[in-house]
Amino acid sequence: MALIAVLLIVQIWLLSAALESFLAGHRRTALPAAVFSGFMFLICLGLYLFVDRMDSEVRRSGSER
Amino acid sequence: MNWLRRVSSEPLWKEEFSVHTADERYVTRRQLTKFLVLTSFGMFVGNIWILVRSVFYKTPSYPQQPVARLGEIPVGGVKLFTYPTKQDPCIMVRTDENEYVSYSQKCTHLSCAVHYSQASNRLECPCHQGFFSVKDGAVLQGPPSRPLPRIVLETRGEQVIATDVKV
Repeated sequence: MALIAVLLIVQIWLLSAALESFLAGHRRTALPAAVFSGFMFLICLGLYLFVDRMDSEVRRSGSER
Repeated sequence: MNWLRRVSSEPLWKEEFSVHTADERYVTRRQLTKFLVLTSFGMFVGNIWILVRSVFYKTPSYPQQPVARLGEIPVGGVKLFTYPTKQDPCIMVRTDENEYVSYSQKCTHLSCAVHYSQASNRLECPCHQGFFSVKDGAVLQGPPSRPLPRIVLETRGEQVIATDVKV
């Protein structure tokens, strides 16, 4: 969860930087920002699915005992 | 988001709102993690929105509008006007005998109205002490990260005419 939170903070910073850049008239930064943001979202999603699966397995094995 | 949810023998309400105190921290942590991932998706959508706006951006054409007469304001004086629409306040400063500069009056930080300080020869935002150069609108100090949009001025006869906005 801490990793996801760190990635999210980077994404928030990236969004604000991309918006500032867009408003300043630098439009070429939008594509790499979007790609990098999508990459970080995929990592977040992967981590979530991993944690969710692990959590469910731990709970299932706990209830079987 | 059903495709994200694993098939569980427990009813949904029991999984989401566990009645077992020992399980509560698991549920809370998982819910928060899900919320963080959804927020991450929101950030991604925001970046995509900026990308779409960048790709389909069209350079606007600005009208030519007389904003002052030559000699109307003294050296070091200021005139306020709106350009290109009535909702866009601008400030014009006569910096020299034959030199006029003009900028958007909205501070690029939080859109407070900037004013000209003749003593320090700069444009100042009173809200958060953001200072801009009167020569080119660049940020000199304070929280603004972008320069003030510059209004391009031309002199035709006795008229000072606004012709363009440079961001």
